[in-house]
Amino acid sequence: MNGIDSEILNAQQVKEFCPQIDLRGGGRYPVVGASLQRRGGTARHDAVAWGYARAADALGVDIIQECPVHGIKVVDGKVRGIETARGYIETPKVGIVVAGHSSVLAEMAGFRLPVQSMPLQALVSEPVKPTLDCVVMSGAVHAYVSQSDKGELVIGAGVDHYIGYGQRGSQQVPEETISAICELFPIFRRMRMMRQWGGIVDTCPDASPIIGKTPVEGIYINCGWGTGGFKATPGSGWVFAHTVACDEPHPLNAPFSLDRYRTGYLIDEHGAAAVAH
Amino acid sequence: MLLIPCPHCGPRAEIEFSYGGEAHIARPEEPDELTDQEWSDYVFMRRNPKGVVLERWVHAHGCRRWFNAARDTVTYEILAIYPMGQNPPELPEPRYL
Repeated sequence: MNGIDSEILNAQQVKEFCPQIDLRGGGRYPVVGASLQRRGGTARHDAVAWGYARAADALGVDIIQECPVHGIKVVDGKVRGIETARGYIETPKVGIVVAGHSSVLAEMAGFRLPVQSMPLQALVSEPVKPTLDCVVMSGAVHAYVSQSDKGELVIGAGVDHYIGYGQRGSQQVPEETISAICELFPIFRRMRMMRQWGGIVDTCPDASPIIGKTPVEGIYINCGWGTGGFKATPGSGWVFAHTVACDEPHPLNAPFSLDRYRTGYLIDEHGAAAVAH
Repeated sequence: MLLIPCPHCGPRAEIEFSYGGEAHIARPEEPDELTDQEWSDYVFMRRNPKGVVLERWVHAHGCRRWFNAARDTVTYEILAIYPMGQNPPELPEPRYL
């Protein structure tokens, strides 16, 4: 589908591909098969962010860190500038790419979004010798685990079901995903968790991002990526740059407009995360 | 784990409740007279404050009754619980240390 290389494995093949897995699934949720993308894996998201930062800096972009925006000046439906902790910046164009804080910025600019911000928890274990060489996801029981090149198990949990900016998340959420991982991978049952965090994710009613213009002239937004992770970020940056430069969406992001909620052309991708959020 | 004070059952763990989203959204009485924008605003657009939110909860695994809450989305402190159909009480100004 969509030209993605994906194959179906039966239970026997799952065991051959990932020997650490216990197919019995605790007796209640036996593994009957899997879909596998051999090409898939993980990437160093922080390295990608820093790579972009260094390249942008080398091209002459000013990156001002630790400088929150306090206000957005809009006159006659057009943006004039932004108020920051370090002063006012006059500008005819503003691109808002702030993930969980999208609604906060939108409110400053005076337009509405369908976004709800929740914490999405993740946790890493103590580092151990390499054992898991693939990313494993079980949508049915919400197990999502891989092993980083530093040896830690990287585990993705779910969102809280109510909005919050506390960046913590509730305890039953990681408990649920760790139970699932312990049933699927008995060898991990004695692993100790080292670090937990909850990022603020901006979720949309159709679980698809909003990339494009806003009701305010000169303000563009790239948000609503929800629980989708960073993988589409570079592509979204590319079409967003086109949108800001040309004041028109690129054909790839045209369907992802804020206006789709008015026209009804929603893009339902609730299944795309592959785990039962 | 929020401890939510159900007005009928007392403080219970959040896993006994279901979230009802933003409170005080009245369904339009004449949907056919609204523009597409106005209808979409009603169906999709929501407040999402970093601060005090007025929201609905239902005690799904308890008394199964609905109530409104005022909660701070940064500290998660529940500032007030008040009945469905009523306006929120006077709330203190948020102060973050």
